[in-house]
Amino acid sequence: MAKRSTPEINASSMADIAFLLLIFFLVTTTMDVDTGIQRQLPPIPEKDQKTDVEVNKRNVYQVLVNSRGTISVNNHWVNSLEELREGAKEFINCDRADDPDLPEMEEIVVEGIKTPVKTSKGLISLQNDRGTTYGRYIEVQNELVAAYNEIRNEAARKYFNKPYDELSDEQQEAIRKIYPQRISEAEPKNYGGK
Amino acid sequence: MEESNMAVMGKKKKKTLGAISTASLPDIVFMILFFFMVSTTMREVELLIELKGSDLPTATEIKKLEKKSLVSYIYVGKPLQQYQKTYGTEPKIQLNSSFAELSDIYEYILAERAERDEAEVPFMTTSLKVHRDTKMGIITDIKQELRKASALKINYSARQDMGY
Repeated sequence: MAKRSTPEINASSMADIAFLLLIFFLVTTTMDVDTGIQRQLPPIPEKDQKTDVEVNKRNVYQVLVNSRGTISVNNHWVNSLEELREGAKEFINCDRADDPDLPEMEEIVVEGIKTPVKTSKGLISLQNDRGTTYGRYIEVQNELVAAYNEIRNEAARKYFNKPYDELSDEQQEAIRKIYPQRISEAEPKNYGGK
Repeated sequence: MEESNMAVMGKKKKKTLGAISTASLPDIVFMILFFFMVSTTMREVELLIELKGSDLPTATEIKKLEKKSLVSYIYVGKPLQQYQKTYGTEPKIQLNSSFAELSDIYEYILAERAERDEAEVPFMTTSLKVHRDTKMGIITDIKQELRKASALKINYSARQDMGY
């Protein structure tokens, strides 16, 4: 083959091509990060295991959401989500005197905190009707998680002088030991049909 | 030509300002392009149900889903208009890219598990992407199925609540 000088390729349209691709990816990109409420389901109980563990009544904060989205706690109506949150906080809180209406407490030693601390045996039980809407259910879940988060924050400030998010992993673990998130999603009951 | 022109316009300036070189423009654009190509996550499944971003419930206490490769999704919602003739308007479950029945969830979880490394199985999460107007009945059934498959880590997909 005869050696021919290859003319230089005109690269001026390169920018246009690149722009075109760029715009395509810009449009198709969905940078959505998946967010949500993290939850742990209870394992299915073994067959021979007794399903109903006797829990002292004062240790249970029974939240019920009916099909119209109305909330009741221990058979009393709750009018607003704020009220629910405040009530839950009061229930969870261990930094208080003993009260026969609030859950039992026991003293435990937590690594990282010098003095023994009190932790409650309280349990939040969340029950819903089959006709409750998902949106309402999440609202209630959110409120209960918020109650825990606020209480943990308060404890974190008390013991470590920092909000919960800024604590080290060990410190967070300690706080979680004092305030374990105990929200049980009990088996649903069908109250009065769909 | 140009020099004399410039000299007329700005007498004080001695140096002339030539046109800005655009030779590096393709490079810059390519750089941005690569950034977007890498960060792009195209939606892997086409939704057969009505579930826009705004149909998810809102919450304030949300956490980011870490390790997307370990997440399996369950979608629940009303079938899209074009499927309503065959599937009705009642909320349906979608797994991968097809409608599914409750009983399929168990198999689905097992299949998802088989795809992953054994060491990663305990960290697998099931994300429930559910339309906010769905009734809890179907969700409860799904939760029961997940318990049976002992896929206990779940995530109720929700958007950040932007204040009241």
